[in-house]
Formats: sequence, structure tokens, C-alpha cells
Amino acid sequence: MSDLNFNYALLLPEIILAATGGIVLLSDAFRRELKLGRNMLPWITVAGAVLATLASVAQAGIVEDFAGIVLVDAFTTFFRVLFGLTLAVVVIGSHEYVAKQIRGQGEFYTMLLFATVGASFMAMSTELITAYVGIELLSFSLYVAVSLAKSDPRSGEAGLKYVLLGGLASAILLYGLSLVYGAAGSTDYATIAKNLSEGRDGMHAPLLMGLTMVIAGLGFKASAVPFHMWTPDAYEGAPLPVTAVLSATSKAAAFAVLLRLFGGPFLPAIADWQGTIAFLAVLTMVVGNLIAIQQHNIKRLLAYSSIGQVGFMLMAIVTISDASTSAVLMHLGGYLITNLAVFMGVIAFYNQTGSEEIADMKGLAETNPFLALVIAAGLFSLAGMPLLAGFTTKFILFQAAAYGGYLWLVGVAVVASTVSLYYYLMVIKQIYVIQTDGSLLDPQAHDVVVPRWRLTWTGYLTTATLLVAMVVVGLWVAPLAHAADSAAKALFG
Amino acid sequence: MTETDGYILIALFALPLGVALLLMLLPSRERSALMAITGLSSLVLFGLSVYIFARYDYTSTEQFQGVVAWTWLENVGFLGERGIQFKVGLDGIGSAMVLLTGIVILAGTWVSWKIQRRTKDFFILLYVLVGGVYGTFVMLDMFFFFLMYETSLLPMYLLIAVWGSTRKQYGAMKLMMMLLAASILIFTGIFAIFTEAGVGTFDMEVLYAAEYSTTMQKIFFPMIALGCGTLGGMFPFHSWSPDGHAAAPTAVSMLHAGVLMKVGAFGIIRLGIQVLPEGAVYWGPALITVGIVAALYGAISALQQTDMKLMSGFSSVSHMGYVFVGLGTMNVIGMTGAVLQMFAHGIMTALFFLLIGGIYDQAHNRDITNFSGMAKQMPLWAIFFIIGSLASLGLPGLSGFIAELHIFVGAFRSYPVVGGLAILTAAITTTYLIRMGAQVFFGELSPRWTGLKELTWMERAGATVLVLSILALGLWPAPWIDRIATTLAQTIPGVSL
Repeated sequence: MSDLNFNYALLLPEIILAATGGIVLLSDAFRRELKLGRNMLPWITVAGAVLATLASVAQAGIVEDFAGIVLVDAFTTFFRVLFGLTLAVVVIGSHEYVAKQIRGQGEFYTMLLFATVGASFMAMSTELITAYVGIELLSFSLYVAVSLAKSDPRSGEAGLKYVLLGGLASAILLYGLSLVYGAAGSTDYATIAKNLSEGRDGMHAPLLMGLTMVIAGLGFKASAVPFHMWTPDAYEGAPLPVTAVLSATSKAAAFAVLLRLFGGPFLPAIADWQGTIAFLAVLTMVVGNLIAIQQHNIKRLLAYSSIGQVGFMLMAIVTISDASTSAVLMHLGGYLITNLAVFMGVIAFYNQTGSEEIADMKGLAETNPFLALVIAAGLFSLAGMPLLAGFTTKFILFQAAAYGGYLWLVGVAVVASTVSLYYYLMVIKQIYVIQTDGSLLDPQAHDVVVPRWRLTWTGYLTTATLLVAMVVVGLWVAPLAHAADSAAKALFG
Repeated sequence: MTETDGYILIALFALPLGVALLLMLLPSRERSALMAITGLSSLVLFGLSVYIFARYDYTSTEQFQGVVAWTWLENVGFLGERGIQFKVGLDGIGSAMVLLTGIVILAGTWVSWKIQRRTKDFFILLYVLVGGVYGTFVMLDMFFFFLMYETSLLPMYLLIAVWGSTRKQYGAMKLMMMLLAASILIFTGIFAIFTEAGVGTFDMEVLYAAEYSTTMQKIFFPMIALGCGTLGGMFPFHSWSPDGHAAAPTAVSMLHAGVLMKVGAFGIIRLGIQVLPEGAVYWGPALITVGIVAALYGAISALQQTDMKLMSGFSSVSHMGYVFVGLGTMNVIGMTGAVLQMFAHGIMTALFFLLIGGIYDQAHNRDITNFSGMAKQMPLWAIFFIIGSLASLGLPGLSGFIAELHIFVGAFRSYPVVGGLAILTAAITTTYLIRMGAQVFFGELSPRWTGLKELTWMERAGATVLVLSILALGLWPAPWIDRIATTLAQTIPGVSL
């Protein structure tokens, strides 16, 4: 096996992230000896995330595999940059929250860093075992991070639920992968594709079972209905920044694996899984968006809304092609920005008020108009309203599915998307329509002065950046679209 | 129109959106600055709208004038060489609609200065709405058309739910959800058109020229027509309109009934009739049926209302019914009438809502049966109202007559029965307007209302602009008819003279 390429420089971003994890852990342990303030930890983490992002950008344009198990190409770079920036934004936006609410800050930041490493490996792996290890690295880090909240009993419960159900899903996934290995005779994506397209006698049944189990396992990680049960509880119980990572990094990584698998090795067997995924997509967007209507807690609402979003993105797997991959990557980028904007807004709100209830957001438009704008814009963007990222990327995602011949599926998606606007409007109603004392506004009366509060500078920095990014993607999507398109072309050649 | 005028088309929607952004940065205490900015920009928008209307050259054979385009996204995924373009341009129908928007926003801005609470936020949302409306009228790329269309709906919920009156939460939510549910059909229709055309671009001029199978046209024309028609108050999906308009603040009712409902009808022309002409011919009779039912139903419902705003809301449904009748005739006279009616109704309904707002803000009451003898107390108010009513019932010399005449003639050509029913509707319209006038303006002045003051100067100015527009179209309709009729005759395949 001397022809394998062991160019470790290819893994530089992951090495930086993992090393930063080690540094954070050690500097937390030797804090007294090193005379480090506790507040150094988030900044070390951010530095690591930014360095890793820069390192991945520097590798743009390279197409090279490492030992035949991972591949650095435009697709990998797209996700690495996404994950690196997500990590940086989450840490900057939530370090005050973490300082107050989290037990063991060192562990917390380390877990986020390791989770990002796992996510990167999920995006870059071209071999089943490596992909599985990446998934487990991400999941284990998040199992720990979910249960790190200091005073909230829901956190431990959420962690337990997540780890039990997650373990079950991993087992199913692994069983599925081994069946696929049996049917296709390899764990290497390219070889699987070759063997499946040639077809082997008597291997159809195990392949079908394997594919179904893989879909179930990955569906759990991406929280597709009916494998979504853990999502609302884990989202609600987890500390807010972890919820943000669950809904951003973890979801995007699951899609990276789905795209690599179903756009590559499983593509020859498309007839075997297309219907299943279309069914899951319908179920996911309908159930996610309908149940979201009944929620009173903003985290649970966002959990169901993110399930609904997964349904939309699954449409791109159903109609998999370079066009739909490019569209879903673009949507993923827009969705991450939007979702993070909402989460950073909610974190800032929680830091001030200590509440996650939607009803407690009443009058926010008067007590903090800027934060009100950020959250409202984020929710409108999630609903796919124009001038914001959500409209543009969703339009292109839906059009791609329609172009792929699934107009009926798009019809369902558009209906579900309209339903989603209803529950986003319920939040916006609390923020803008209801006043702090619970009454409605009388347009003829004169202005009353309501005491205002301000965000911290990091709060302003993250929310303002994300707000601007949301508008920029909404009105000038070309840079994101071209990045997504070259990533998709890397996958489909 | 030249290419330079194309940049003015861009300014039409860039200016209001820019003003919205500017206002966001303005401290909310600065009330005089707010009035200065909005006052100035409403004047500029009005001026630009008139200029654009005047500059539109109806003798030219080009379908769209002042076309300016940049590629915005191309060669990505399913998008081809031209992909999505940022492309503006105007046809005769658009020029009339631009003028309408300019007039209504001028009056709408002036009367909104009365609002005392969170005035800045109100104007931000109002100008986003206006930007969206202008954008819809001038965009020539289907992606941007729909983006602007949705932009004009985006601020609606908050505008009504925060600053409205009378069951405002219910009215706002109903309006928003019904209109967005309708967008589902438009969304799907656009996707289908793009896929069927298979040219990899959302450029409308290319999509107009593309071939669509007859079956596809028959399936998707009604989706577009229903989707856009719901915003246009098409029966039976009009029910958001009376509730929404009753709940909305004055300027929002003016813009919504005056302009936004026309965006719906405009959408039927742009996305429906012009792209899928065979579908339009096939479904024309259905459009006429729906239109005439709406006209009759709206008029009869208006007859039963005692709330002035509800009456005006149902009257809008009725008048928009004529528009659908006109569009369904598929002949140039009828369709010209439809577009004229869009303009005429836009102006007069804005006038009604302005006047009703003028009395409601003082009396906190707008029940017809509670008023009498108001002509003595508020003579100017009464005069404006009567002029509006006369235009609405189609008195010759005023705007409504010109529009309805065209529609009736067009309808008689295609379906004489419909023409007869349309005239019956006009008679019912006369009844409810005269009945209201007799009750409210004449008779004994109730002592309860002796404290009411005449309209404010701003309201008088706004009403005057609207009344002058009614007179202009009524007395000299040629500029409108030239622009609209030539566009229709040139551009819609399958339309007869």
C-alpha cells in the first residue's frame, strides 16, 4: 500500500481545531499556574476556528485525497469554511452566556472544537468507516455539550435522551453500513459506485435493507421525521449555544454525508431509495411545521422549525443532481446564517431576561428595537420572505426540485413553508404588536418612554454581522451561489 | 423612453427602500426630520411617476421601454447563460400603474403624519411596501418580480396589527395568511413555467417568447390567476379584503386597496395572460363568471354594511370584479377597461379610505347609522365624499365612467348577458352610495357630532390630489387609453380587437 498519499498538510484545518481543543483543555486545567483569566478560553477557541477557516480557504482549488479515506475538494472546503465560521460566530456571540450558565468552560469549548472536527471529517470522507467515525466524533462531543448546563435539570435529561437515542441510531446506521458493504463489496465510495452500477446477483435484498437502515440512521442525525423525536427535547434542554450548533453544524454535516453518499456511491441504486426519501421529505416538512405551531418555548419552536427545514433540504436528495446539490448547498449557507442570527438574538435576549418563553418577548420592539429587528428579520428569513437570505435560497432550492421533475413535492413544500410563516408571525406578534404591559398599541395616543437596554459589544457584533449577511445573501447571492456550485461540481465532476 | 429612463425606473423602488433604510438609522425622537424626509421623498416619487408616465412612448413598437439589465446569477446549477437578471423595463400597463402608485403614496404619506405612536417604524414599513409595489410594476425578471411582489406583502401584517383598529389582530393575520397561501399557487406556477420553458432563465421577455404546451397552459393559468387574483380580491377568496381593510390604518387601507390589489390584477396579466395566452383564452369565461359574481356579490354585501370601511371594502371587491370581467373578455376594449378600472378604482378607493380615516380619527365611530347632517359640520369632507361616490357609480366626466364603459362594451361583445349583469351591478352601486350619502350628509345634525372638525390641511391636500386625478382621467382619458390599448394589442397573443 505504498501508493497511498499521506500528505498531512491536507488535514491542517482539522489539526488546528483538534490542537486548539487540547490547548483549551490544558489552559483551563492549568489556569492558576498560567495566570490566565477564564475569559481567555473563548478567544483561544475563536482564534483556532478562524485559523482553521483560513487554512481551509488556503486549500481551495486543491483536489487531493488523503490515504484514500478523505478527499479535499471544493465540496470539503465549502463545508469546512461553513463549520469554521459557525463555530467562531457561536463562540463570540455566546461567551457571556457560557461564563454564566455552563459547568466546565474548558470542556465546553473543547467539545465544540471536537464536534467541528467530526463534522469536517463527515464532509470530507470518501469511505464508509471514516464517515462513521466522523459522525460518532460529532455526536459524542455534542452528547457531552448538551448536558453541561449548570442549573437546568432539563439539560441532564436532554443529554441522556440524546445519548440513548443517538446510540440506537448509530447502531442502526452501522448495521446498515455493514449490509451495504456486504452488498457492494467495499467501503470505498468509488468502488461501491462501480460495483452497484454493475449489479451483483442476489445482493438486492441486503442492499435495500442496508440503504433503508442508512437512511434511518442519517435521518436521525439530520432529525428527519419519524426519527426526530429527540430533537425538541435535546434542543430545549441543551444550553443555547449548543442548540445553535445542533441546528447548524450538526445538521449541515449530516447533509454533507447524505450528499456524498447519495450523490456518489448510492447513485446507481437511485430507484431503491428515491421514493423513501421523497416520503421522508413530505413527512418531515409537514410534521415539523405543523407541530411548531403549538410551541411556547422559543427553543422548541426553533427545533420544529429546523425539522421543517430539513424536509425542504431532503427534496434536493430526492432529485439529486449537480443542480439540486448546488441549490441545497446554497440554501444550507443561507439557512446557517439565518438560524445563527436568530439564535444569537435569543442568546442576547436570554442574557438580559433569563427567559426562553415566546410570551416574554412582548414589547421587545420598544425595549430593544435592534434585537427585535434581528430576531424578526431572522424569522422572516426562515419563513422565506424577500430581501432576506431565506427567500432567495429557498426559491432556488424549490426551483431545483421542480426542475428535477418533482413539482408535486415542491407544491407540498410551498404549503408547508406558508404554514411556517404562521408560527413565526406569532413570535413577531409578541415582539412588535404586544406592548410590554400586554396591551395593544393605540395609534392616536402619544409615545410613552419605555426604558431600553443594550446588548454587549460582542452581542452587537455577531447579530449585526449576521443581519447584514442575511440581507447580502438575499440581494446578492452570486458569491455564495458560485461557491456552492463549484462544491456541487466537485461532487459530480 | 431611453435607457436613462431605465435608471429612473430603478430609482422608483430603490428610493423608497433607501428611505426605509435611512429612517431605521434616524433617532425616533426626530419627528420633524421624519416628516421632512418622507414628505420630500413622496413628492419626488410622485414627480418621477408622472415623468415616467409622460415619457412612455406609445407610438413605439417596442414592448418594453427603458430596459436596463444586469446579470445577477448565471451558469449556476439549472440556470443558464442569462439566468436571473436584475432587469427593469416598462410597458403601457406598467406606466399607468406607476402613476397610480405615485398619486396614492403622495396622499398616503401626508395623512400618515397624524400617527403619533412609533411613527418612524410605521413609515419604514410603509416605504418597504411602496418599494415592493413599484418594483413589481417595473421588474422584467420573474425571480425579481416575485421578490418584489412578496416584499410588498411582507410589512402588511405589522402595519395592520400594530397601527390598525377594530379587530386588528384578526384582520391582519387573516389578510397575511390568505395572501401568502395564495402565493403558494404563484410560486408553483412560476416553477412550472420555468421548467416547461426549459431555457434556463427567468427573463420575462424570453419566457414570453418560449413555447408552452396547451395542456400545461390550461393547468397552470388558473393557478396563477387564483394566486394573483386573491390579492386582487377575486371572489370567493376576497374575504381577507373587508376585514383587512377595516382593521388597517388609513394610509395602509389606501395603499392596499388602492395599489396592492392592483398588483394582483397586474400579476394576472404579467404572469398569466402574457405568458400563458392559450390558458387565458381557455379560462377567460371562468374569469368573467368569477368577476361578475364578485361584482354583484360585493355590491349586494356593501348594501348591507353600516360600517363605512366595510362598505368600502366590499365596494372594492365589487369594483375589482369588473377588472376580472374585463380581463376575461380577451378583447382589447374589455382589457383596456380592466386596466383603466384598476387605475380609476385605485384612486377613488384611496379617496374613500382617506375620508373615512379623517372622520374615524376624531369620532372613533364610522357607523353610517350614527351620522346625519354631516354636510353642515364638515362641508369639505362631504363634497370630497360625494365626488368619490359619483366616480364610483360611474358618472360621466369622472374616472369610473371611462373604465366601466370600456368593460361594458367589451363584455357585450363577448357575452351580452354579462354586460347586462354588469349594468345591474352599477345600479346597486348607485343605491348603496346614494343611501349612505342621504343618511350621512343630510338631515338633522346630531348634537353628538358638533365637536367634529373639518379635515386637516394634510387630508385636504391629499383628497385634492386624488380628486384632481379622478377628474383628469374622466375628462381626458386619451393618455391612459393610448398607452394601455397599444400595449395590449401589441403584446398579448390571441387577443382580438
